[in-house]
Amino acid sequence: MEMADRDRAAAPLPAPFPAERLRLDFPALRQTINGYPLVYLDNAATTQKPQPVLDEITRAYVECCANVNRGAHTLGARASAEYDAARAAVQRLLNAAAVEEVVFTSGCTSAINLVAYSWGDENVGAGDEVIVSGLEHHSNLLPWQALCQRRRARLRSIPLTDTGELRLDVLERWLCPRTKLIAVAHVSNVLGTVSPIAEIVRLAGRVGARVLVDGAQAVSRQPVDVRALGCDFYAFSGHKLYAPFGIGALYARRELLDRMPPFLTGGGMVDRVGVEASTYAEPPGRFEAGTPNLAAAIGLRRAVEYLEAIGLSAVQRHEEDLLLYARAALGRTAGVRLIGLATPAIGVVSFVFGDIHPHDVSTILDQRGVAVRAGHHCAEPVMQHFGVPATLRASFALYNTRTDVDALVSGLASAREVFSKVFGNVSDTAFEQASDSD
Amino acid sequence: MTDLAQLYQRSILEHHRQPKNAGRLPAPTHLAEGHNPLCGDRLTMTLEVSAPELGVERVLRACCDAQGCAICRASGSMLTEAVVGLSVAEVSSLIERFMAEVSLGQGAEPSGEGLGPLAALFHVRHFPNRLRCATLSWDVLRRAVVSRVSR
Repeated sequence: MEMADRDRAAAPLPAPFPAERLRLDFPALRQTINGYPLVYLDNAATTQKPQPVLDEITRAYVECCANVNRGAHTLGARASAEYDAARAAVQRLLNAAAVEEVVFTSGCTSAINLVAYSWGDENVGAGDEVIVSGLEHHSNLLPWQALCQRRRARLRSIPLTDTGELRLDVLERWLCPRTKLIAVAHVSNVLGTVSPIAEIVRLAGRVGARVLVDGAQAVSRQPVDVRALGCDFYAFSGHKLYAPFGIGALYARRELLDRMPPFLTGGGMVDRVGVEASTYAEPPGRFEAGTPNLAAAIGLRRAVEYLEAIGLSAVQRHEEDLLLYARAALGRTAGVRLIGLATPAIGVVSFVFGDIHPHDVSTILDQRGVAVRAGHHCAEPVMQHFGVPATLRASFALYNTRTDVDALVSGLASAREVFSKVFGNVSDTAFEQASDSD
Repeated sequence: MTDLAQLYQRSILEHHRQPKNAGRLPAPTHLAEGHNPLCGDRLTMTLEVSAPELGVERVLRACCDAQGCAICRASGSMLTEAVVGLSVAEVSSLIERFMAEVSLGQGAEPSGEGLGPLAALFHVRHFPNRLRCATLSWDVLRRAVVSRVSR
């Protein structure tokens, strides 16, 4: 402890994070909404795109609009080289051992479905078990539910603590030789909880289970090292990483990919084709049937470079700081009940406000230019755990500042005002009760 | 008044805070349920409709059990007041009238004629992503009126 204190004292203070300057890179943030400057706090749904990424998408369509790995002409060669460069960027982002371990997909959902169908149908059988967690987005729950129904396997879900952390003690009890896979979110899209992936991998190793990580909310917020985590599969989407829609990637260990059959079949993923039988390309091509979304891949490469220049460790500190600030500011606001207070957590905070339904609050905030998400966030089991039908969710990105959080808090005051004009005393009681129950 | 003040006007908030005919009838002749998967709103409509043997089928009682936002709850509450006493045919034409006018969009002005307090709900047209909040109860009612429970 003393040593740690001395280290802190000796280390130079980290430079303040340049969110205000970076914000200027994002043209979408210059809009006014209903007469107010846009305060975009729905980054867990999708992030805005910086100008360098937008420029790169245009350049892709101008300079190298050709089909990847098909044409012998110059544009075709450029397209193939650009696609390879994009794959190398993802390899760097995740610190994968080889570019062949990176499969491009249309997004995180298709990456997870690829594993569920290709690896799952081969490796999960009747009586086997797949374990997800109570934090999961539907996209990391339903593919496993469907797999377990197809294969007559059992699906279990790691319960959460009151603060929204995974009950690893329960996971440990459940693990047995029938456990084939553990599929968990790296960062919860509702609570911001950061799952202890390395610990889960260690536990899984005892029974030989594989681990898939849904990294949709993690890759934009902290450095990810799949080799340090030790996971077998890691999936994410580009559009939550400042990159275009329609691109995502699956990392999978080479020895697993080598043994996996194709998920989709078609052009570009073959070795030799006959009418009755064919052989398939080596990974990653085997899993990329059809014309790839080159412009989106190029945009993704540019987004990765953009983040590399800023440094994901700096982004992580910034988003951890914003979350602490938001939890404190919302916690001080009468009527706010924070949903989930996990540690560690990053970038996402959920709450309810008095007895006003999240959708009503969200509409009123939108009138002041503040964009948050209201609803169940495609994570109904999380809602059930906390006994609420819906929450408000503010989620951050590198361009958000404490001022954005302040705009959210003052927007809540106007929501309360709108709803207080009838039965003001009833409304006050509801707010006081909500505060007392915290 | 601003669009927001009109959306959350007094009558809407009153129906939200103290909904009329809230809950479920113990022995309904008609019942339907519905939900909005986008926001999680849930709603059950129960009706007591006079027996067809007695002539024109009329709504004697209507109850709405709604879990959802202010617009959804207010719409369900106002609906239960609007349909009591109407024949099944009149309920059906009221539903179509309401749906047509509430969906007009921002360009056109709904007449609201003969719809009384229901016209307050039409301000939702300035908030397109909240339209479904106002129409859920009417969608459920549309299914409820043709759902006579067999005994």
